[in-house]
Amino acid sequence: MAIIKVERPNLSIGEKIYFGAIFKGMVITLRHAFRSFFGKTPGAESLNSSGVGVTMQYPEKKWDDKLPEYYRGAPALVTDEQDRERCVSCQLCEFICPPKAIKIMPGEIPSDNEWAKVEKRPLEFDIDMIRCIYCGMCEEVCPEQAIYLRPDYVITGTERNEMVHDKDRLYEIGGKRVGLVNKWNDLK
Amino acid sequence: MDTTLLIAAAIKIAVFIGITMSFVSICVIFERRFSAIIQDRVGPNRTMVPLSILGFKKDLALPIGGLTQPVADGLKFILKEDFTPSYVRKFFFWLAPVLVVVPALLTMAVIPFGSPMELAGNFIPMAVADLNVGPLYIFAIASLSVYGITLAGWSSNSKYPFFGGVRACAQMISYEIALGLSIVPILMFFGGLNLGHIVEDQVTNGWLLLPLWNEGGFIVSSGYWEDPQAAIQRLLFMIPIIISFIIFTTSIFAETNRMPFDLPECETELVGGYHTEYSSMKFALFFMGEYAAMVVGSALIVTLFLGGWSIGFGIDNLLPAGAWWVSLLHIGVFLGKVTVFILFFILVRWTVPRFRYDQLMNLGWIVFFEAALINVFLAALVIAYPSIGIIGITIGFALLITATVLLIKIAKGSMKKPSATAV
Repeated sequence: MAIIKVERPNLSIGEKIYFGAIFKGMVITLRHAFRSFFGKTPGAESLNSSGVGVTMQYPEKKWDDKLPEYYRGAPALVTDEQDRERCVSCQLCEFICPPKAIKIMPGEIPSDNEWAKVEKRPLEFDIDMIRCIYCGMCEEVCPEQAIYLRPDYVITGTERNEMVHDKDRLYEIGGKRVGLVNKWNDLK
Repeated sequence: MDTTLLIAAAIKIAVFIGITMSFVSICVIFERRFSAIIQDRVGPNRTMVPLSILGFKKDLALPIGGLTQPVADGLKFILKEDFTPSYVRKFFFWLAPVLVVVPALLTMAVIPFGSPMELAGNFIPMAVADLNVGPLYIFAIASLSVYGITLAGWSSNSKYPFFGGVRACAQMISYEIALGLSIVPILMFFGGLNLGHIVEDQVTNGWLLLPLWNEGGFIVSSGYWEDPQAAIQRLLFMIPIIISFIIFTTSIFAETNRMPFDLPECETELVGGYHTEYSSMKFALFFMGEYAAMVVGSALIVTLFLGGWSIGFGIDNLLPAGAWWVSLLHIGVFLGKVTVFILFFILVRWTVPRFRYDQLMNLGWIVFFEAALINVFLAALVIAYPSIGIIGITIGFALLITATVLLIKIAKGSMKKPSATAV
């Protein structure tokens, strides 16, 4: 390697006095400050911020519409077109769940029910959201396509009990899904 | 002593210390929000009044979010563990934070906050102590705060704090000289050291940095030029005043250990500098001391150069002197000016990068010291020019230029590093 001698730049008197540079710097910082103050920070719009800085004010503004399709949020149970609960309580998700967050109490469908041929449905279905790691294995393993990871990510509570999603809550999050496995329903 | 005066003095002490302390917390929130918007951030904007811990249902969110942030910061400092390492020199370790805060608060005593208020026939000056040696008192007390920092560095018994303490010591000594010399022109001009009188003169004759009016009227009216010599002198005096202002402001930055000169605490080199080993309220005291010094520094600059509590433009003389609301209005104006200056301090902190240590020392000893000396000479010429005639001025000017050229030559020589060719 050849040795390259780098000369220090010769500064003009204006540069040596230094105040010009400080003044220029202050103009830049003040420009940013004023823009932010009046809510016109550059780049604020594309980042969905309030305009004071580029930071998005989270609980007021969210990016839910920009979540990707494959986003793995809270796991939830879904019903089919005819409002039948898809889950047949085979307990595969319970067994595959790595952190053991799922707890299922299986129950029988009484014979006078119109869906008696399905035979089983969960009596209780609890997912402990403190334990859940959002891996999506329950969704993958489910033979009935009854459990899905929804894009809900705001799961909060002030007590541990509130963090356990029971059956009602799970169906509330999941809602209805159409056009999947239709082996049980009459539409086929 | 009169009881009214005694009570008034007690009230003044309480109120002005209160104002200073609340200004410290205002500084903190200003620093955080202003630095945030400079850097396109938001800053702390949603601290509420926590009514819920008092049993109310909801917290009170004020329209200006984050205004209660200093309270939260202070509470945090009080609640943190106060840890004293086993290897420190305990007595001095505990003494140092106090020595930083107390001088900063003491210097507030001589600064006139507002115009004198008439109370039971007495005109009470709006300064805790209306001393005739105001600036001298401030310099004497303010330089004591370096003991706090040096003691903190030494008693921590650890390398980085020690470096910080030594740096603080060297820096304060070098900038104290420029600080003192830079206001000599003002003291020569007014012929006195009473800050109250300095401000009162600026009320009638225009601020030192802005002499746009005098008793006669505004600069454009003919009344201003009634005494043309005095008017021209006042305008000419702006040149040394601007130089003093620059030197004084920069030295105040160095005195208060603010950003371009914050080598004693220099995070990148010295971890936290002199307060590395401090925690909890002891650290908060250093913090408060720094900001209190900043408030006092701003107040001093405003008092000396920008007319203190005067509204300016000849408005003050139209108001009834001594009325209580005029005094309060003047206090408000003064605090407004101080706030503007504090914002300037913050702006500089987030604009100018830190100096290298040798650059700092060069600036103090070679540039500012000499510039302040020449400035004293220049100011003397401007003050003396009505009495010494054209010959005197010519000789004086020639002497001044010779001295300046010589000093620049010497300064350049001393700034040169011992290079390889010299060996």
